[in-house]
Amino acid sequence: MEEVMRLKKISKSFGRNQVLFGVDFNLRAGEIHGIMGENGAGKSTLMNIVYGNLRPDSGEIWIDGQKVTIHEVRDAQKLGICFVQQEIALCQDAMVAENIFMSRISQGKGFNLKKMAEEARQLLEPLCHGAIDPYEIVERLPISCQQLVEIAKAISNNCKILILDEPTSSLSGSEADALHKVVQGLKEKGIGVIYITHRMSDVFEQCDRVSVLRDGNMVSTMDIKDASVQGLVNDMAGREVDILYPDKAEHISKNDEDVVLEVTNLTDAAGRFKDVSFRLYKGEILGFAGLLGAGRSEVMMGITGLRKMSGGSVIYKGQNILGKATSDIFEDGLVLLPEDRKVQGLFLDMDIEYNTSAVYLRQITKRGAIDRAAEREQAERMCNAMNVKCTGLGQIVRSLSGGNQQKVLLAKVLAKKPKVVIMDEPTRGVDVGAKAEIHRLLRQLTQEGVSVILISSELNEVIGMSDRVMMMDSTGCLVGQAEGEDINSDHIMYYISDAYKYAEVNQEVKEHE
Amino acid sequence: MNKSNTNGAARLLKKALQLREMSLILIIAIMCVVLSFTNPFFATTSNLQTVLGSVAVDGILTIGMILVMLTGGLDLSIGSVMCMGMAIAGKGIQMGLPVVVALLLGILAAAVSGLLVGLIVTRLHLSHFIVTLCFMGIARGIVYAMTSGIAISLIAQMKENPVLSYLGSGYVGGLVPMCFVVFLILAIATDIYTRKSSVMRRVYYTGSNEMAAKHSGIKTDRIKVGVCVACSVMAGIASIIYMSKYNGVTVSAGEGAEMTALSAAVIGGVSMNGGKGTIAGGLLGLLFIVLIQDAMNLFSVQAFWQDLIRYLIVLLAVILDVLQDKARKKKNS
Ligand SMILES: Nc1ncnc2c1ncn2[C@@H]1O[C@H](COP(=O)(O)OP(=O)(O)OP(=O)(O)O)[C@@H](O)[C@H]1O
Ligand SMILES: [Mg+2]
Repeated sequence: MEEVMRLKKISKSFGRNQVLFGVDFNLRAGEIHGIMGENGAGKSTLMNIVYGNLRPDSGEIWIDGQKVTIHEVRDAQKLGICFVQQEIALCQDAMVAENIFMSRISQGKGFNLKKMAEEARQLLEPLCHGAIDPYEIVERLPISCQQLVEIAKAISNNCKILILDEPTSSLSGSEADALHKVVQGLKEKGIGVIYITHRMSDVFEQCDRVSVLRDGNMVSTMDIKDASVQGLVNDMAGREVDILYPDKAEHISKNDEDVVLEVTNLTDAAGRFKDVSFRLYKGEILGFAGLLGAGRSEVMMGITGLRKMSGGSVIYKGQNILGKATSDIFEDGLVLLPEDRKVQGLFLDMDIEYNTSAVYLRQITKRGAIDRAAEREQAERMCNAMNVKCTGLGQIVRSLSGGNQQKVLLAKVLAKKPKVVIMDEPTRGVDVGAKAEIHRLLRQLTQEGVSVILISSELNEVIGMSDRVMMMDSTGCLVGQAEGEDINSDHIMYYISDAYKYAEVNQEVKEHE
Repeated sequence: MNKSNTNGAARLLKKALQLREMSLILIIAIMCVVLSFTNPFFATTSNLQTVLGSVAVDGILTIGMILVMLTGGLDLSIGSVMCMGMAIAGKGIQMGLPVVVALLLGILAAAVSGLLVGLIVTRLHLSHFIVTLCFMGIARGIVYAMTSGIAISLIAQMKENPVLSYLGSGYVGGLVPMCFVVFLILAIATDIYTRKSSVMRRVYYTGSNEMAAKHSGIKTDRIKVGVCVACSVMAGIASIIYMSKYNGVTVSAGEGAEMTALSAAVIGGVSMNGGKGTIAGGLLGLLFIVLIQDAMNLFSVQAFWQDLIRYLIVLLAVILDVLQDKARKKKNS
């Protein structure tokens, strides 16, 4: 296969922090080339250099056997490079179609909204089967759909090289499958695809070759048939790492006095879900499975007072907390880790220290004033616990790598030991090793008597971590719970994908006959 | 984490120079030196007293403006609200109300206006710009309605109330204008409060990312209403100084004050997007503007040129703000 791109000895520093050390890399036409590496290894930085967002300090980029200089994004686009960035960078208050054809609009070529919408529909069709309306305002879409719009936008240009930076981190199984189908189609057409991901299944099922970046050095490149999960993990970390899910709880006692949170008939004022009821017991991890858009996040926001409910009750510590202020609920030990770190989670333009103290200000306040020493001590403790890779507590969060931002978010929410913690996508964008660390942390919390509610777009994570799983169908109804042996993907998918409904209908039809 | 302490001192110095406050202090110092050499009137006691005196009222208004800007808003009504507070207090004094009561009524009226702005902005999700623009007109309208457009003279009452008169026209030790001292005390107090208090930290969080602040359990609506009220109370306090300084109420008092305050804040590094800036920075920005104004007066620049130059500086400051924000985003993305 011919080579479409070759990087030679690319180096890059930010100030005195060198993040890439003479990286070599090559990409062939018609291959999907996975890149893996720990958070902060330099993957996104390398791709930003290829795409002209950043300039390398030294090194060369060769495209189709020719040496090229890429000064800005437009140069890269002219060379046929398309890039789906890790963080969603859509224009939030424009329509889907406008976003997809943004470059066309900005070039001032006359635009016809109807025609654009039609083309957008065609681009989106294979990705989401009509679930996204081209006229919808981007802001109103859940992140997963926004991610799909990003992808449609990237492939709307004629590209020769497609770079995907963690495209599946906010997609669920079926959406990821749709994406993979599209990518395989592009590959058939001879496009070279660079696929950055932390998910092993993505690498082994989709990629032809895989490279590992560790601390800014390219440490290995191999054909996928020569790779093994453990081998890749060890390459990434530079040491042996344990990535198995921690053991589940041996026994969860389910007497009435062990209930720490009881939700009864919770109903959303905007109608996203209704009559949600469940109990959470002391020391368990309760997973919530559902397809994207099922309304799991909305339930959690309802419980913590961040969303308006029209009925039901949430009993915590013997009181109905529905209608209470979020600050009081958090202070009382029931906290929520929000799903979208960029919008709901972090103060991107503030430093790590400020971010860590936002939830529990009272804890570091003395007579109305913030105790800076205590604040620093807390930030340092939490960053060490979460193993955040940074140049110091004063680093602006925006300049951290995606995974390390996620760790700061965890640090912020766990700065005080909670009683119940609701984790909405706790490991989004986190590398394999760190993910295992977070899993161990969650387990450890439950051993200390904390109860955890876990939402994840990765069904495997829910299955691997949960002691019990609540299943929510696409209309926002809880349709059952799985325990023990039943916690497997067939059983859960059967319920959350609405398949059970049709089964019941079939049953009825049969009985009728 | 690899915190290195090498070259700590050098880096600290570099960081200090990056701070907007430091560069402003430097520029202001240079301006003072140049002015005192090029113009014989600059370094005279009376000129310096005028400069300090004119910082006082605008300074107190600027403090309020900064507070609102930290949450990502702005308040265009401060000048009119100040005038309204003054008209109410002045009318009260004229009608024979006890002075303290009249002054409190003025501040209260201002506070109510701020409360209304805050409630409308948070409940109806309207922009500060449009709501405060309306309040600017409404407050001024109230002034005209109360005074029929005629100035209220309080010269006689001021004679009876030496304390009130001293606030605006007195000199501490015969040298420093009392109104400047009042301002300075307010400035230092709010600056310390802004840097240290956990309430103000919440203000910064709200301005930096309102949604994330909400998800951190911060009552962002309450914070936003709070700063609007605080800003208007500052306008109320400024109105007392103004009234005492000019021995009465003029119906056009505070016109254009919102522009001065806004530009001072922006020059001083307070971001229009919220979440960034300090009281000290914004007030240094004001000092810079006042010095330029003074220089133009000393060199007898004609009035229309003065306005033109003033607004050009504002424009430059706003552009600078946007550019800096962009550069920062680019650097850190
Ligand atoms: N603009 C910047 N200024 C300073 N440091 C930066 C900047 N951008 C990135 N870095 C640093 O460079 C390192 C590499 O970041 P990069 O985003 O490339 O990591 P990554 O491999 O993509 O990680 P992740 O898997 O978490 O996305 C990080 O340590 C990060 O803090
Ligand atoms: Mg990255």
